[in-house]
Amino acid sequence: MKNKKSVQSNIQSGQTSLKKKVMLVFLGGLVGFLNGFFGGGGGMICVPTLEKGLGLDNKRAHATAIAVIFPLSLVSCAIYIFKGAIQSLPLLTVGLGVLAGGIAGSFALKFIPSKTLRIIFAVIMLVGGVRLII
Amino acid sequence: MNIFLQILFGVLGGFFGGLGMGGGTLLIPLLTIFLHFDQQLSQGINLLTFLFMAVFSLYIHSKNNLIVTKNIVYIIIGGVIFSVAGAFLATVLPSIILRKCFGGFLVILAVVEFVKALKKQAN
Repeated sequence: MKNKKSVQSNIQSGQTSLKKKVMLVFLGGLVGFLNGFFGGGGGMICVPTLEKGLGLDNKRAHATAIAVIFPLSLVSCAIYIFKGAIQSLPLLTVGLGVLAGGIAGSFALKFIPSKTLRIIFAVIMLVGGVRLII
Repeated sequence: MNIFLQILFGVLGGFFGGLGMGGGTLLIPLLTIFLHFDQQLSQGINLLTFLFMAVFSLYIHSKNNLIVTKNIVYIIIGGVIFSVAGAFLATVLPSIILRKCFGGFLVILAVVEFVKALKKQAN
């Protein structure tokens, strides 16, 4: 019979090899850099990292990604504010919109076919991206 | 008019964010292109609104037991360190350069999405 301590440490550390830990730190670094540099989008790398690196299903990967990105965004946001990038505050209007849209979006999740939506979203990103470069 | 657009863009970004598709990749270009915000301001607003929304999302997801904590500490350690580097670099670059970099990032993400969609159809 295993004692409680070793079982606990097993649960906490699992059989994660050093190589895997280093890989996770490295991928986390990539998520952090992109999220800080672009002020978002960390989830685009974080979700696949959680799926492939930690074997999470899509739903858990999405939820857990928010928990991972939260502290990263907190740090990035502090730097943006400290360096004076967020002086004027249209924050309240945009923020209110995001709140309303976010609630609507999480309810709509059940009713909207995700494939069609993904393609529409990709087209919007492409157009927006090109427009920003030009 | 501007206030109306600010709310509208917020709703659109929040909606896609709520769907789990990355609201920031929509909100940031909308603010920069149509409202002529500094790229840094758009990105900063996105970070702030994300933090705000994340509190609610995390509360709901943790109630549904969807958050896995095992091993995520390694990702967070690497992430926090490089967040400092990324955010610092973003705030010292000229807005127009950052804007073009962000545009490139969006194009890459769009291409990845298309490839994924095509692969799924082939299967």
